[in-house]
Amino acid sequence: MSSVLYDTPGPRAKVRNVLYTVGFLVVLGAALYWVLRTLGDAGELEADKWSPFFTDSRVWTTFLLPGLVNTLKAAALAMAIALPLGAVLGIARLSDHAWVRSTAGAIVEFFRAIPVLLLMVFANEAYAMWTNVDSDVRPLYAVVTGLVLYNASVLAEVVRAGILSLPRGQTDAAQAIGMRKWQVMTFVLLPQAVTAMLPAIVSQLVVIVKDTALGGAVLGFSELLRQGDLITVNYSNPIAAYLFVGVLFIVLNFALTSGASWLERRIRQGRKSSGAVLGTEQLEELENVGPEPVTERGGQTDRT
Amino acid sequence: MFDFLDSPQYNLLGAFWLTVQLTVFSGIGALVWGTVLAGMRVSPVPVMRAFGTAYVNVVRNTPLTLIIVFTSLGLYNSLGITLGAEGDIESINFRLAVLGLAAYTATFVCEALRSGINTVGLGQAEAARALGLSFFQVLWSIVLPQAFRSVVAPLANVLIALTKNTTVAAAIGVAEAALLMKEMIENESDAILLVFAVFAFGFIVLTLPTGLVLGWLSKRVAVKR
Repeated sequence: MSSVLYDTPGPRAKVRNVLYTVGFLVVLGAALYWVLRTLGDAGELEADKWSPFFTDSRVWTTFLLPGLVNTLKAAALAMAIALPLGAVLGIARLSDHAWVRSTAGAIVEFFRAIPVLLLMVFANEAYAMWTNVDSDVRPLYAVVTGLVLYNASVLAEVVRAGILSLPRGQTDAAQAIGMRKWQVMTFVLLPQAVTAMLPAIVSQLVVIVKDTALGGAVLGFSELLRQGDLITVNYSNPIAAYLFVGVLFIVLNFALTSGASWLERRIRQGRKSSGAVLGTEQLEELENVGPEPVTERGGQTDRT
Repeated sequence: MFDFLDSPQYNLLGAFWLTVQLTVFSGIGALVWGTVLAGMRVSPVPVMRAFGTAYVNVVRNTPLTLIIVFTSLGLYNSLGITLGAEGDIESINFRLAVLGLAAYTATFVCEALRSGINTVGLGQAEAARALGLSFFQVLWSIVLPQAFRSVVAPLANVLIALTKNTTVAAAIGVAEAALLMKEMIENESDAILLVFAVFAFGFIVLTLPTGLVLGWLSKRVAVKR
């Protein structure tokens, strides 16, 4: 196997690679040994810290599963509200009217530049002051509000990039047969743009799922991470509890990531649309906001 | 109207200064560790490639909040890891937050660099190999310098995301901007819109110049092909 950076190994390179492998495994093994020894010294490896996860079903029924349900509930709600809102904002940013364009642009840029945590904290207090939302559900409301405001503005950029990635001829042809502006958008551009954006939208879910954990740590919303805290209170086994919580998050998000790249491959192969696919790679750049217009790298192709 | 800003009770500039410090220290850490990870992911040794891939996939799919909370409750409380700051809980939490942020952000640096390595011309590495340079020499003196120049813009986005992510350190009580805002918003309930506006403005001031300066830089240093 050859790559850009190295040739197919000859006899000497093979020996060297074996040496590197052994050296790396020794370092890795030493690190692992140190971690396990430190854990052992601190008494974190004792069986009764880990056995509750296998023998005591209450750990799952009282803590982990309800936490997972709450995480998914907040993520699903946020996605369901943010998606249409993001679509509206994204389309508004492409409007022919300068005041609509600039208003939508200001909203999107503002909420993309603010940390989600600030939005959540603010929403939590604002609900407490100005509305009579019950204090039991207030954290959920605040978490969803924060996630919606942030992710709607990110999705607005995804939608905008998706529409801009379509060939210009699509609009020209639609206008040539006498379609109105809204007809061009709803019947020609949006359906194609949504297909192109699907992988990006799915992987935005990962960002939302991860960010729900903020609500647990700061607002006391009883999602997965918060429930993990409660397990450590009951069984005093922080390492084990966070490990299980982490594994649940990773499995969930890894499934979403893999789903997104599977979808991306399928759409790229299918070529049912104009062939423009806004991949997960580009989305990660969207997630990491910058004032740069996102469309600049839109046409970039992958090379491996 | 803005009289809450003058109250000696709140150290607004101090809180934002801590945010900047968190960003700078974990940014440096993430750059170093991310470069090492990227080197592993393109190396000829399968075990290192596997380790790099596993690390990136696992850490990127873990919520940053979980990582930060774990550094405090898992590393410090359970294992007594203090990163050399004995006794002083504030600097222990600060260092732990930097560790968590760097470990998380490194995955994004690694992915950005890897895509940058892919943009380096095939002929460059081939020519270097033809001169008899070893893998490390090819990577360090030929490929990485060009890769870095082409990923300044993505790295700027990572840095901006990192600046915003430092707010998560509030979860373990590092007295940066988000924690101060939470405190102020609870005490000054008649002015919460103003408080929010002040902090929002603060973050825009921090992130906007970063993006503009590094965006300009990315055009200046871009490798002409």
